[in-house]
Amino acid sequence: MASSVDGWIRRQGFPDLAPDANLSRGPRERLIQALLGLCALVTVFTTLGIAAILIGESVAFFRQVSLAEFFGDTKWTPQFAEQHFGIWPLLAGTLMITVIAALVAIPIGLAAAIYISQYAPDRVRRWLKPSLELLAGVPTVVYGYFALTFVTPLLQHVLPQMQVYNALSAGIVVGIMIIPMVASLSEDALRAVPRSLAEGAYALGATKYEVVLRVVVPAALSGIMASFILALSRAIGETMIVTLAAGATPKLTLNPLESIQTMTAYIVQVSLGDTPQGTVVYQSLFAVGLVLFVLTLGMNLLANRIILRFKETY
Amino acid sequence: MADHVSPAEKVPTAEPFGLSRDSEAARVRPKMEVRNLYFWYGDKLALKDISLQILPNEVTAFIGPSGCGKSTLLRCLNRMNELIPNTRMEGMVLLDDRDIYREMDPVVVRRRVGMVFQKPNPFPKSIYQNVAWGARINGYRGNMDELVERCLRLAALWDEVKDRLHENAYGLSGGQQQRLCIARALAVEPEVLLMDEPASALDPIATAKLEETILELKKSYTIVIVTHNMHQASRISDATAFFYMGELVEMNRTDELFTRPREKRTEDYITGRFG
Repeated sequence: MASSVDGWIRRQGFPDLAPDANLSRGPRERLIQALLGLCALVTVFTTLGIAAILIGESVAFFRQVSLAEFFGDTKWTPQFAEQHFGIWPLLAGTLMITVIAALVAIPIGLAAAIYISQYAPDRVRRWLKPSLELLAGVPTVVYGYFALTFVTPLLQHVLPQMQVYNALSAGIVVGIMIIPMVASLSEDALRAVPRSLAEGAYALGATKYEVVLRVVVPAALSGIMASFILALSRAIGETMIVTLAAGATPKLTLNPLESIQTMTAYIVQVSLGDTPQGTVVYQSLFAVGLVLFVLTLGMNLLANRIILRFKETY
Repeated sequence: MADHVSPAEKVPTAEPFGLSRDSEAARVRPKMEVRNLYFWYGDKLALKDISLQILPNEVTAFIGPSGCGKSTLLRCLNRMNELIPNTRMEGMVLLDDRDIYREMDPVVVRRRVGMVFQKPNPFPKSIYQNVAWGARINGYRGNMDELVERCLRLAALWDEVKDRLHENAYGLSGGQQQRLCIARALAVEPEVLLMDEPASALDPIATAKLEETILELKKSYTIVIVTHNMHQASRISDATAFFYMGELVEMNRTDELFTRPREKRTEDYITGRFG
């Protein structure tokens, strides 16, 4: 076959091709390169723009409220006559939701990832992973009223003292929401562990459980950690579930059965109301937003670093 | 010993390839034996009616062109083939006259029949942990430091790594990693050691060192080595089996096979006419 094609080329040549029709630096090439580059820059400029506005408004906020009060006060009451601007109640609310979500999502997500990557037969894996990822497509507002109208009443059977709005059911449902993220990313990390490592362990007389738990999981550990951090940064930024189910009571408490308020829920609350622009309450939005931004950015950077290290391991 | 009849001779279907009945080797009880083994990947027949014997304290080499089934057969000897989905096996593999598929647990089989792979595959752990790992999961209760040192010495790696036992194994060269994998396999005290082209990723100097190690190990272990390097087979093995397209073409004492091949295909292969 090949030789007959060669022969054809030798006999015919390519008479229809003009030698200068397709230059590598032609105007079309340059146009496409510029367009693609522009699209890539849009995302960068958006991030920079958000950061600039957050910082600008926050500076205005901190002219009226001192950093010492922001980080020193333990009350957050911007809409009361006696205004307090201590970030801790909101930060504590966010952290409580995140911790509860982590307690739900990390064990279940990791166990699911281990099952899918190591135990599930091929045909089970083929439907299980997509259906798990389907869970990630559920709108968070649906999760929110699921928490309020199903999880809370259910938990109230066991814990009658639980308030209608509470951190526990919101945290659990945020946890459920991030399970697919933990499971899917951890599964990728587990599947990236070379088969040869597992085979080496099997050849030493290890059982499947020993191979999975003592070779495959440790080898994928940095990828798994990165999945945890990315998922938790999702949990920190989660808004709809906590606005609907966790309440609007900024409170410095460790009791998950009480109503609390997270940073995100506060932002929603103020944004919905008719807070006049330029007031200190309006500007407090940006200060809270900045804290949130720094927190999630920091966690994403941390996750990136961990993933980079993990790439070098084997 | 002298009047021991090998099990193959009691079973008429299994032709003990490679042993002349009157040779001294025929009177030794085989360490492992394969009887009428067939193996399929999906619908594709990869091994066809293989029967052979592996004698104790010898190096047995499996040679043949790529895809001839030699690695597949090796993996059948410690049930590693079971880890590949969509495969099927028929026939028998015996270890000390016991059927490893019907009478033994795969975990026990793999502890007694260790394996070293084509590409060095140390765990991403320290050198020490690599060697100790298998012993630990198998419940070794003795002095771990001594065991690690003994295994590293047997694998001729001790002198090169004794000052950095707790560094990551990935800092070693390819040849050192391969010898570490041998040490790791020895730490579970196997009786048979299977090696799947262990030198294919190594340079000539590392290969020479590895071959020296294999010859040394033969004193205490039974070794089966898959190689596509015929010179390597002739240098280090006592018996050689030549495979072609899933069949065992010929098995004999190595010097016999390389000097007086009985089959035309064997002669063509070892003289380099194909493969």
